[in-house]
Amino acid sequence: MSIAMPDLRYHRPATLEEAVDLKRAADEAVYLSGGHTLLPAVKAGLAAPTALIDLRAIPQLGAGVSVSDGMLRISAATTHAAVAASALVLEHIPVLAALAGSIGDVQVRNWGTLGGSLANNDPAADYPAAALALGATIITDRRRCPAEAFFDGLYTTCLEDDEIVVEVSFPVPLSAGYAKFRNPASGFAMAAVFVAQLAGDAVRCAVTGAGDDGVFRWKEAEEALGRDFSAAALDGLEPDASAMLADLHAEPDYRAHLVAVMARRAVSSMGRLTLHG
Amino acid sequence: MSTLTVTVNGTARTLDVEDRTMLADLLREQLQLTGTHVGCDTSQCGACTVLINGVPAKSCTILAAAVDGAGIVTIEGLADGDRLHPVQKAFREHHALQCGFCTPGMIMMGVDIIARHGSGLTEQTVREELEGNLCRCTGYQNIVSAILAAARQGATS
Repeated sequence: MSIAMPDLRYHRPATLEEAVDLKRAADEAVYLSGGHTLLPAVKAGLAAPTALIDLRAIPQLGAGVSVSDGMLRISAATTHAAVAASALVLEHIPVLAALAGSIGDVQVRNWGTLGGSLANNDPAADYPAAALALGATIITDRRRCPAEAFFDGLYTTCLEDDEIVVEVSFPVPLSAGYAKFRNPASGFAMAAVFVAQLAGDAVRCAVTGAGDDGVFRWKEAEEALGRDFSAAALDGLEPDASAMLADLHAEPDYRAHLVAVMARRAVSSMGRLTLHG
Repeated sequence: MSTLTVTVNGTARTLDVEDRTMLADLLREQLQLTGTHVGCDTSQCGACTVLINGVPAKSCTILAAAVDGAGIVTIEGLADGDRLHPVQKAFREHHALQCGFCTPGMIMMGVDIIARHGSGLTEQTVREELEGNLCRCTGYQNIVSAILAAARQGATS
C-alpha cells in the first residue's frame, strides 16, 4: 500500500460555472489539473483538500492551440507533451515547444498542464519565465491578466480563490531563446533565462529558478540588450545577489553568476533551448 | 465512492473505488496486478509506469477516478500467455535487470519509446526518454541495450 491519501471527494465538472460552484461549496476544495505537483503535496501532508475539482473536462480548457492576430493561444489544460509536439507552437514560437519538452520527464509531460504550472507558480518552473518574457496574457474565467501582474511571489499568483485559468495568449516574438541550468538531481532550473525580441525592438528577459521572490524580469539586461543585442552586451552584468534564492544547491552569489551565464547563452542561441548543468 | 469503467489489459471492468484511490493502488490492491510497482510514490522513479490510452504515465500520481473510460495496459498485459513480449524478451536476453524492482516501469516505457521512434531509435533518445525511470542498481547500460535491440527487431506490439 502506498502513502495514504486523506479522504476526499473527486469532482469532474463539465462547465466553468459548475467548477466555481463546487469550489465555493466546500471549505477546503482545490482545483486539480495534471496533479503532478498537487497530488504528491497532498500525500506529503502539505495540502489537505476535502475535495478535488478536476478541471480537464471543461471544454474551454481543452481547446488546444490556435493562432490569430499575432497571438499564439494555448488552452490551460494542454499538456506539456502536447505543447512540445504542436505544429503551431513549433512554427510560431519554437523555443516554447522546446521549453515544454524540457519539463520533468516523458510521463510527467503527458499529464502536467500549462494552466496548472502557471497557477502553481513554482519558483523553478519553466512556463512562468516564458509567459513573463513574452508578455503573455493569462485569460481566466473572469478577466484578462497580463503576466506582469499575474505572478506575485513564491507559489503565489493574483488568482482569486475560486478563479480558473482558461487560456494563455502568447504574443509571437521576432525571436526567443531559453537557456536552463538544471539541478542534476531534480532537473528543475537552478537558473534559467528566457530572452525575447518582441515587435517594436523591445527586448524582455525573464529569470526563473534563481529569484528569492520567484520569476522576475532582469531589467538591466533588457536595457543592455536593447542597445546592443549581443551576448557581449551583457559582459560584466549580474543580477543583485541579495535577491537570489539560497538553498543547499546554490548560494546566492553562484545563482547570480549562473543567471548572467544563462542570459548570455540564451542570447547566443536565439530560436533554441539550451540545457546546461 | 465512484463507479469507474475501465479496460485493463483488454478486459472491460466496472469498479467501485474510493475517490482518493490512486490508479497504482487500484491496480495492485483491487485488481491484484502487482507487477506495477510503487517505489518513490512521488512521481519521480517511474516504477509505477503504465500505459493509459496508449500513453505512458505514472500511476502513483493519477487518481483512479480520473481515468474513467480509459484503456490501461500494465506489465501483465504485454505477454501472450507464456510468450514474452519482444521488449520483455530483450530485457532477459540482455540481462537488463538486477533486483528487478524498476523493471516493469522500464519495460512499459521501453514499449512506448519504441512505438514512437521505431527502428530509427538512437541510444541518446533512449537515455533521454528514460529520464523518468530510475534504476538504483545503476544498471542502465543493459536496459538501454535491450530497448535498442528490441527496436531493431521491430518490437512494436
